[in-house]
Amino acid sequence: MTAITLNIVVQGILTGLVYGLMALGLSVIFGVMRVVNFAHGEFTVVAMYAAFLLFDMLGVSPLVSLLPIAVAFFFLGYVLQRSLVEPFISRAEHEQFILLVGLATVVVNGLLLIFGPDAHPINLPYSFDSYTVGSLFIDKVRVFAALGAFAICIALFLFFRYTRTGTAIRACADNLTGAGVVGLNVKQLYAVTFGLGFACIGAAGTLMATIADASPGLAPAYTLLAFVIVIIGGLGSMAGALVGGVLIGISEALAGFYIQPSMKSMFSFALLIIVLVLRPQGLMGRRL
Amino acid sequence: MSIDQFKFSRRSVLAGGVAGAALLAAPGIVRAQAQTLKIAVLLPQSGYLAQAGQSCHRGALVAPQVLSDLGYKVELVHIDMESNPDVARTQTERAINEGAHCIVGAFDSAGTLAIAQVCEQRQVPLIVNIGAAPQLTEQGYKFLVRNFPTGGMLVKNGLHQIQALIDATKIAPKSAVFLHANDNFGLAQRKGMDALFPKSGLPFKLLESIPYDPKAQDLSVEVTKIRGLNPDLLLVVTRAADAIKLVRDTVRQKFQPMGIISPGAPGLYDEEFYKALGPLADYHIDALPWANPKSKVTQALEAAYTKAQPKFRFAVECFNVGFTFDALMIAGDAFKRAGTTNGPELMKALKDTNLADHVMIGGPIKFDEKGQNNDIPSASVQNRNQTPTVVLPAEVATMTPVLPMPPWQGRK
Repeated sequence: MTAITLNIVVQGILTGLVYGLMALGLSVIFGVMRVVNFAHGEFTVVAMYAAFLLFDMLGVSPLVSLLPIAVAFFFLGYVLQRSLVEPFISRAEHEQFILLVGLATVVVNGLLLIFGPDAHPINLPYSFDSYTVGSLFIDKVRVFAALGAFAICIALFLFFRYTRTGTAIRACADNLTGAGVVGLNVKQLYAVTFGLGFACIGAAGTLMATIADASPGLAPAYTLLAFVIVIIGGLGSMAGALVGGVLIGISEALAGFYIQPSMKSMFSFALLIIVLVLRPQGLMGRRL
Repeated sequence: MSIDQFKFSRRSVLAGGVAGAALLAAPGIVRAQAQTLKIAVLLPQSGYLAQAGQSCHRGALVAPQVLSDLGYKVELVHIDMESNPDVARTQTERAINEGAHCIVGAFDSAGTLAIAQVCEQRQVPLIVNIGAAPQLTEQGYKFLVRNFPTGGMLVKNGLHQIQALIDATKIAPKSAVFLHANDNFGLAQRKGMDALFPKSGLPFKLLESIPYDPKAQDLSVEVTKIRGLNPDLLLVVTRAADAIKLVRDTVRQKFQPMGIISPGAPGLYDEEFYKALGPLADYHIDALPWANPKSKVTQALEAAYTKAQPKFRFAVECFNVGFTFDALMIAGDAFKRAGTTNGPELMKALKDTNLADHVMIGGPIKFDEKGQNNDIPSASVQNRNQTPTVVLPAEVATMTPVLPMPPWQGRK
C-alpha cells in the first residue's frame, strides 16, 4: 500500500467514525421505537450551529461544548418525543413520515432565516494543523473528532449494557408487550430513548462542526448519509452504525482517489445496493 | 323548464365569443399597456447555491431605486428557485401567469436552461444575469439574451490573464492541475479548458483535470490526489464553500503551490471565504469580469448598495450585484425604447441594445444574433488584505500581482 493510499484510508476511517456517531442516533431511535427520524440531518446541523455560536460568542471549543450540547439535545429530544412524536407512535408509518419531514423542513428553513446560507466555520487554533507520521498527513481536528466519536459510542454501549435504564430500554426494543407486562414505563423509556438519540445527534453535530462548516444546505445530505450508513450497518444495530460509517468513509475516500472524486457518493449508494441485495437486514442487523 | 330556454341565437354566440376572447386576451393587453416593466427575478436564494443567489438578490433589491434615478421604470418580483431547475421551471410559469413581462436570472446555468424553455414557449424575454453554459445561446432560443461570458469566453479570457500574470511576476510554472466542480458551470469551464488550453501557448503542462462533487463534505481526497501530482499551479473552478474546503485541506496537507488561480469562477472572492480563512484567503487570484470603478453607474449602485446593505462589502459582492443590476438595466432600457411590454416587441428592443454606461467592465452592451454579449473582458483580481483587488490589467489595477504566493505557515 502506498503512503498516499494509506493516508486516504486513515482519513476515511477518521471521518467514518464521526459519520458513525451521527448515524447512531438514527439507529438507536429506530431500534427501540421503530420511528424513523427524517429530521435527523437537520438536527445535526442545528447542533453544528450551537457549537458555532458557543465558539463564536463565548470562545468555547467544540471539544468542551460537546457535553453541554449533548445534554441540551437530550432534553430537546425528550420534550419533542413527549409533545410531538408520542401521539404518532401508534399511527401509520406514512403519518410519522409526514410529521418528521415537516419538522425537517421547518428546521432547515428556520436555520436559513436565522443564519443565512453562508457556511459558518469554527476556526480553532489547530484547525489547519496536521500530524506528520512518516509521509502521512493526518488532520488534527479529524483525529480529535474521531476519538470523541469513538469514546461516545463506547459510553453509549456501556450505558445500554450495564445500567438499569439501558437494560429496560433494550427490553422495550426486544419485546414491547413483555416490557409493559413487567411494569416498565414504556412511554417514559421511549422519551429517554429519543433523548439519547438526540444526544448522539448533538454530540455528532458538535464534532462535525470541527471538520465541516455549518450550513443549512448540509442537512438533507446528512439525513441521507445517516440512512445509507444505518441501512448498510443494520437498522437498530449500534455497532452496525459505527461499522457502516467507517465503511462509507473508506469507500468514499478510495473511490474518490482511484476512480473520480465526483463519483464518491455513487460508491456509497453502490455499497448500499449490494448490501440490500445480499443482506437486506444490514451487515450487523438482525433478520426481521 | 324546457330545453328551448337554452337555445342560442347567432348574436348571443357571437357576443359570447367576443367576450371570451377579450377575457383570454386581457393579460396580454394589460401586459402590452403597462406603464412599468414587471420583471420576475429568479435566483437560487436557498439550496446549495444560496450564498451566491442571495448576493445577486441583494443587488436586485437595491436596483429599482437606482434604475428609477436613471429614468427606467421597473417593478421587481423576487422569486426563489431553490437551486433546483424543476422549481425554476414551475416558478417561471407562475410568474408569467401572474403578469411578469420579462424574466431575469438565474445565476445557475441548469436553472436558467429550464427557465429559457418556458420563456420560449410563452414568448417572454429572458435576460441572463449569470450563467456560463454555452448552450444557453447555442440552442437557438429567440427570447433570450445573455450579458455574461460563456464558459469558453471565461476560460479564454482567464488563460490570457494567467499569461499576463506570468509575464508580470516572472514566475516559471512547469505544471498545473485543473480542479473543477462537477456541475453545469464547472463542466462548461472544463470543456472550455480542454478546447482552449492546448492552443493557449501557456508555458506549463496541464497534468490532469479533476472533477469534484460540489456537495462533498470535504476535499481531502481531491487534495491528496493533487499533492501526488505536485503541480506548480492549481487552476480551480469552485463555488464559495468548496473554495474554503480546498484551501483548508491544501494547508492541512502542507501542499504549497505557486498559486491558486481561478479562470473565472466564484468562491475565491466571497465574504464567506475571507471570514473562514482569514490571512489564508489572501493571494489567490480570480481572472473574471469585474465592476468598473470609474463608471458612473457603478458609483451610483455602490452608493445605494452601501446604504441599503451596510453588512456587506460592495467590493466583495460587485460581481454578483453588478451583473444582476446590469441585466435589470438592460430590461429597463429595452422597455423604455420599445414603449411596450409585448414579448416579441420587447425582445426586438433587447436585441437592439446598445448600452454604453453600465456596471461591469467592457464596451457597450450589445448582443449578437444568438443573444450573446461578446465584449465582457476579464481582470485579474487578487485577494489582498482580505479584499478582492484588481492587479491586472495595469491600466485599471490598484496593486501589482504577487506570485508565487507567500507560504501558508508564515501567514498564521
